[in-house]
Order: sequence, then C-alpha cells, then structure tokens
Amino acid sequence: MSTDPGGLTFLDRPNSYIGRSVPRPNARRLLEGRGTYVDDVPAARLAHVAFLRSPHAHARILSIETDAARAMPGVIAIVTGPELARVCTPWIGVLGHFKGLRSAPQYALAPERVTWVGEPFCAVVARSRAEAEDALAAIEVAFEPLPAVVEMETALDPETPAIHPDLGDNLAFERVLDVGEVDAAFRDAAVVVEETFRFGRHTGVCLEPRAILADWAPADGLLTVHHSFQAPHMMQDILCKHLSLHEGAVRVICKDVGGSFGIKVHIYPDEMATCALALMLKRPVKFVADRLESFQSDIHARDHRVAARMAFSAEGDILAIDMDDLTGIGPYSVYPRTSAVEANQVVNLTGGPYRHRHYRARARVVLQNKAPTCQYRAVGHPIATMVAEGLVDLGAARLGLDPLALRERNVIPDDAYPCAGVSGIKLEKLSHQAALAKLKAMMGYDALRAEQAVLREQGVHRGIGLAAFIEITNPSAAFYGVGGARISSQDGCTVRLDPQGGVVAAISVTEQGQGTEGIIAQIVATATGVPMDKVRVVSGDTQATPYGGGTWASRGAGIGGEAAWQAGKALRENVVAVAGAILQADPRSLDMRDGAVVDAATGAERMTLAELGRIVYFRPDTLPPGVQPEFVATRHYVPKDYPFAFTNGVQASYVEVDPQTGFVRLLKHWCVEDCGTVLNPLLVDEQIRGGIVQGIGGALFEHCLYDADGQLQNGSMADYLVPMACEMPDIEVAHVVSATASSEIGAKGAGEAGTAGAPAAVVNAINDALRPFGARVSRQPVTPEVVLEAMGLI
Amino acid sequence: MASESPDREHAVAFTLNGEAVRARVPARMHLGDLLRGTFGLTGVHLGCEHGVCGACTILVDGRAVRACLMLGVQADGATVETVEGLTESGRIGDLQDAFHARNALQCGYCTPGMLVTAAELLADETAAASREEIRAVISGNYCRCTGYHAIVDAIATTAEARRNRRETAE
Ligand code: FES
Ligand code: FES
Repeated sequence: MSTDPGGLTFLDRPNSYIGRSVPRPNARRLLEGRGTYVDDVPAARLAHVAFLRSPHAHARILSIETDAARAMPGVIAIVTGPELARVCTPWIGVLGHFKGLRSAPQYALAPERVTWVGEPFCAVVARSRAEAEDALAAIEVAFEPLPAVVEMETALDPETPAIHPDLGDNLAFERVLDVGEVDAAFRDAAVVVEETFRFGRHTGVCLEPRAILADWAPADGLLTVHHSFQAPHMMQDILCKHLSLHEGAVRVICKDVGGSFGIKVHIYPDEMATCALALMLKRPVKFVADRLESFQSDIHARDHRVAARMAFSAEGDILAIDMDDLTGIGPYSVYPRTSAVEANQVVNLTGGPYRHRHYRARARVVLQNKAPTCQYRAVGHPIATMVAEGLVDLGAARLGLDPLALRERNVIPDDAYPCAGVSGIKLEKLSHQAALAKLKAMMGYDALRAEQAVLREQGVHRGIGLAAFIEITNPSAAFYGVGGARISSQDGCTVRLDPQGGVVAAISVTEQGQGTEGIIAQIVATATGVPMDKVRVVSGDTQATPYGGGTWASRGAGIGGEAAWQAGKALRENVVAVAGAILQADPRSLDMRDGAVVDAATGAERMTLAELGRIVYFRPDTLPPGVQPEFVATRHYVPKDYPFAFTNGVQASYVEVDPQTGFVRLLKHWCVEDCGTVLNPLLVDEQIRGGIVQGIGGALFEHCLYDADGQLQNGSMADYLVPMACEMPDIEVAHVVSATASSEIGAKGAGEAGTAGAPAAVVNAINDALRPFGARVSRQPVTPEVVLEAMGLI
Repeated sequence: MASESPDREHAVAFTLNGEAVRARVPARMHLGDLLRGTFGLTGVHLGCEHGVCGACTILVDGRAVRACLMLGVQADGATVETVEGLTESGRIGDLQDAFHARNALQCGYCTPGMLVTAAELLADETAAASREEIRAVISGNYCRCTGYHAIVDAIATTAEARRNRRETAE
C-alpha cells in the first residue's frame, strides 16, 4: 500500500474520504431536474436537423428529389451525401494491431449506396425538428434495391455477394489462437461436453438518446460541440481530422450525459453530419435522435454464435477448451475503435478464470446489412463467460459434481499470481478462491440447494446458476494506441487551490452518472486535506481539462483517480512548502488537514488555507524573497506495468421456471467482485447492480429482431423489451479487495463486472431448474418460447 | 372536412408549478415539448416520446401523467406540476434526500420521472409501499443505469419515515 510524504497510507490519512460511502456532490442537481443534457443547452439562432434514413437493408440511391421539400415552411437547407462529403471526409474503422481487419470508407451521409435500414443519406435543417420532419416526408427518393446480406451464418458462402465489392468477400477479420495440445487433450479426456451458444443482438437503450449541438462561430474560428458522449478529446481529434480544422478550433463539451455504456463512444455518421452542417451553415445545428432512430442507428452488440467444447479429467479437472465464434457486425467496422474488438475479447477471455493449458479459439467477424455493431458495456465478456460457464455446468452434471465445487477445483489459485492466462493475458492478482468462498457464505449455498431439492419434490422448479468471470479494466495504450487509433489511454488532473482555501479539480475522465466527479472529489479531498464540500470537480470540456481518454473500459477510477491522487499530493507539497516559508517551519513537519496547514505530528493548526490563500494571491509582496507559490499542480497517469488490470468476480442467480408457461422469475441475485481498492461502496455497488440488470436484459429480454430482408422488426420501446423494476430481483453485492500495485490508490475498474457475469448466472440457473425435464437452453434471450421449445412443448 | 394544419396554434391557460401561465400551442405539440420549449422546464425529460419510458412523467391535477402522451392543448385549465415545482414547494424534499443518500440515481435522466411517480405513490397514505408494491408502481419508469435496487430502497425508506411521522403526530 502506498505511502504519502507524511508517511501515511491514503487510508490512514486524517479525514480520508476513500472507502467511504459519501453521496455524490453532483446528484443534487440531477435530483432537482437541473441537469444540463445536450437538449437543455440554449443557443441563439438554433437550427434542427433530421435525417432521411434508408428504408432498405441494401440499395443504390438513384435520385433524390428535394424541390418540394425545400419550399416547405421553416426549411433552411437540404444536404445530400455528395454535398456533405465536400466538407467531411470519410473514415475507415480498422486498427493496425488487428492484422487483416478490413472495412470500407464510410461517409457521414451515404453518397450512393445505403447498407442498412436506418443509414442516413440526406439531411434537412429547419427551424424546428417538426418542420424538418415535415420536409423529410416530401423528399422523393428512387432506390435500386440490392441483395441484402442478413444472416451471418451464410455471409461467407461463395454465392453470397460481397457488401463492399472491393473487399471481395464479407470476412472483416479472423483470429485463430491455438495453445498447447488441444486435440490430444480431448482425445485423452474422461468427459467431453459441447454446446452451441447463440447470443441475440441487442443495443444500449441509453435513456437520453444520442444528442449533439454544434455551433460554428467564424469570427472566433471555433466549433463548439455540446455532445452526449464519453470521450470529448477523442471527438475533438476526429472532428479536426475529418472537417480539416486544427485542434484549437474545436471545443467539445460533455456536460450531463444520460447514460452511455459504450454507445456514446463511437463515431456516428449523423453526428459528424451535424457538425459539418454547422460549418456549412455557420449557425448552431442540433441533432437529438428520437427513440425510433436510436434503435436503428445506435450501435448494436453481441450478435454471436459460438460452438464450443470442454474436456475434463475423471476427477473434474478442466483440460482444454476448443471454440469457434462467428459474429456479424453490420456493413462497416465502426470507427475508430473497430467492431473486431468484441470477438477478439471473446478469444482472450473465454475460460479466463481457469487454469487449463490447452486452448483453441477461432473468431470470424463478418459483414452484413444490419445496423453496425460495436462496443457496448462489457465488450465480449458476457459471451466468453456464458460459453465457459455453460460448459462447466454441463461438465459438472456429467461428472456428478457440485457446480460450485467444480469451480473451486479449477480456478487459478489465489496464490498463483502473477501469472499468465491460457490466452496469453497477463494477470497481476486475482481472487477467485476468496470470491467463491465469500459467495458461498453470502448466499447460504448449501441451504439453498437443500431448499431447491425440497421444492422440486413439490413440483416447484427452481434453479441455482453460477458464473465466475474476469474483466478487463484500466486499459493501457496496448488497447488502441498501438493500433494507430488516436484514443488517449493516459489521463490527467489539474488541481488549483483558490484564495478561500477551496480546490478546483479539472479531470479528463468524464461523468455519465457512474460517479466520476464524486470519487475524484473524494480523492482530491483526501490528498489535499481540503474538505470534500470545498472541492469542485470540472470534467467533460476539452478546453478546461487536461488531455485524456474520457470514460470507457472501466478506466475512470483506476486511471483518472490515480491522476487526481498524484495531482492532489503534488499540490499539497507545493502548499506546505510555501506555508513552511511563511511560518519558518520545515515543510516536512507540516501537513494539510481539514482546510488548514497543521503541525504533522500533533495536528495543531498553524494557519488556515484561507489565510494562506489571502497572502499568496493578494499580498504576495509580503512573501519571503525567492518564494513563488504554484498553487496549481497537474499530473498524468497511464498504467505501464500491465496492459490491463484484470479484475474478477463471481455471480449467482436463483430463479424459478414455470414449466407450463416457460416464464422465468428472478428470485435473487448475488455478486462478489474484486475491483481492487473500493473508493466508494455506495457508488460501486449500484454500478454493479446496474450492470447486472443490463446483463439480465440480454439474457432474458433484449433482442434486435430482423426479418429476412434486413428490416428491424422491433425498433421501439414498446416492442423491444428492457428490464423494468418489477421483474428484477434484489441484488446482494460484496467485495474482495486485491489492490493493483501498479498505482498508489490501487483501484481497478468495476463497470463491466455486472454485465459480464449476469447472463451466464441466469442461464445456468434456468438450466439447473430445467434439469428434471432433461431440457436445456443455449440461446439468448431466453424467452418463454425458448424455454417451452427446449422442453419440447412447442 | 379538410384536416386542420398541425401547426395551427391554440391558446391555452393553466396552472404550472403554482403560477398561472398562458401559451399559444401548435395543435400537434405534446405537453413535454411545451413545458421544455416554452417554459424552460428542463426537468421534463424525453426518453422515448411514445409513452413507455416514463422519463417525462409529471403531475396533472395531482395524477402522474406522461407529458409525451398528452397534447399541449389538453393542458388548458389543468394544474400541472413538474419536478421543478415539486422541488420548490419542498413536497418531495425527503424523497430527494433519500435518493441522494442511497445513490438511487446515476445519470439522472430517469430521475425526475421516477421521483414524480414515487411522489404519487407516497401521497397515498393508505398505500402499504412494500418492496413489491414499489417495484410494481415504478415499473412504468425505465432506468438503464441503476439496478432499481437503490431506488426501491430510497422510496421504501421515505415511505417508512413518513409513516412513522404520521404515527407520532397522531
Ligand atoms: S418520453 Fe414520455 S414516456 Fe418516454
Ligand atoms: S439513472 Fe440513468 S436512467 Fe436512471
């Protein structure tokens, strides 16, 4: 554990806020309806844009007739793809370190060919959104429909046309990993189990839809972009590149963001078009997706089919895994993070908790004429976890072993770290054994099994499902930087002591409700000794914060938090040095606590920060000669020891299945998670619960359904099911703490854990309940229909 | 009969957060857009505009209503309260405190609608407000960020505290 110059660990510092369940400072504003989401930002002369979107999965645009629409009330401009392309250059979503990854140039507005239902190809700018939509309806378009590639299973067949003829076929990316002696392990195994798992496409459904307001002020030479987004500096860089502006000419502001989950970290054609239109029209232009276009145009995720098998010894040791993953990503690999990452994660993570040494995995990523898929919360994790945990349960049943005992037997032992996982991932420190033990006690596992057996006798069919998992957090430059993507993995924090003794902390990681601003305030208050209510955190503004990556892949606490800790410590050193000069005391004998400079040994107050601030800012003439106070400090941080900080956890689900209707009732859910230092249990626990509910959504409800022509069948909230409160169980959360030694605060991420493990826990529980019927499900979402089908009733 | 232009404006007068207000409203404009656009009430959030998510929930004549499912012209003569008004009057101060203490919000986008729905439930002194009942009542309000658990906790705590206060007062 780290020590600060005063010889104290951060946990022992007087008035440490770290580890405490303090409420978030910014929550009050949101509770009063005084947030500032993009649609709340006022702008004079504001124009609204609406987009004409493709009604076809694949078609050539023959003509666009706009005369009638141009004459309609309120219409300011109508812009087609070729016109917009003169202002905004196209992009290609590939990364250098994903060898062979291919995609095609993608335009803000499709110039000649549309490749999914919902792709924008023409924009109407009007005084109001309603008028823009009126005009859209008056535009006549002639299309020549082209054959649509819908099924990923047939996308690679020789007779299937290539979506982008220049690429030759529809294979965007393929990765094969072959470690150890897989064939020999399967040949010698006592038990081999296999299954084909299908994962439905689903999407993020952030409650605040995607929104952007771009304002070009020619006199200032400044494009100001208010964006509901996770990575403001990345957006700034991309706008510069594709609109041919220099960095100083673009300012991206992300104030309140109404949910993101990875949906709001990608480059969307309609958002780029909105910024280009602001440049063309020299006035503010706003785009707020309505819910129907969100379903068609937000990224989707998780469209996978995985055939997998697992080999066991007679005693129950996992010997090997062999799997084949096929995934469909839509017509383009999404820029700039690419759509190959999810499949790549599946290869990296499957079976990650276990110590087997023989592993073969193939992932193929194919193009298709559906909405693009990309990275959504817990990228690849729920798939990898379901595959391994589903197979482990099958193995336990075949071997006649308890599923929890089988996991205890096979996980990498807690004293084996650091070590490498079978896929080559480097693991610093995980705690599977401790987490399993804690879960077992927390859920009263043995009593629950007994209750299940009794109820089964009475015709009540309950099941217990478990899922152990690992989670990628705190990504270093190995994630994107090495592949050539200009996505910052380092983050920075600037702290400034003001005259009254308050602190302003500007941080480059961003807030979307997970509590970033709260934990940064806790850390800065702890590091500086300034009370938390005197710490003001600024985030989400490229002109006001240090350069950094923003929020994705669970990096806010582990990376942004460490930068804040280091900056706070540096400020304290500066302040104490100046105080020492004024007080004629050795700075090493001084500390900052509770808003004052104190004697470090006794805690006796020497002077308040307000008094120090008064002298430094308003009477610097009275300072001793040669003293130049620097009451601003900036520090940056990026993890260097490991490419990622892996975390681990285990979840359990208790469900009841109605064998007549196929309905699944969630009774209870448990999660034990190890995210290193827990900065704020209040925030972490509900973050994990939120993730679990999103995972349950994928397991039971959420599905983007397409017909054979590539038409999205359920693109409204009335048709697309999301988890609501009445179906969700109470969720118990507990922690094991293995702090990462890579940073002083030792925090790892917690954002993906809930979503990573929940689907496998729920599906395993359903299968446990179905065991007496000799039925099992392997296709998500597990709707009542899927259950009844599995039972042979329909 | 020729259909009326969707943009034809109608005069409406109603009580908004305790004040008498007037507006001219295009026939097709829903109440959510009217409250946000004309009256600057940014606490009325629009998540779906088809009546499913509950983010736009407000009180109309004391009952929880979806502002996206009501036309602005229908507000004529009504008493309308949004989260801003409920905040100012202090009527949901205890509920907001409980949400804050329990971190029953993350991005805050569902929060105004969630609070208004909970306010309606808690206003009914006969409601038992068990966890199941709370879950059922807020099931028209979608929250993507929390796991609902903290929201249920916060509402249950407030219900309990109000019950205790009533009992002591008796
Ligand atoms: S916006 Fe009214 S219910 Fe969703
Ligand atoms: S807090 Fe984000 S939707 Fe509820």
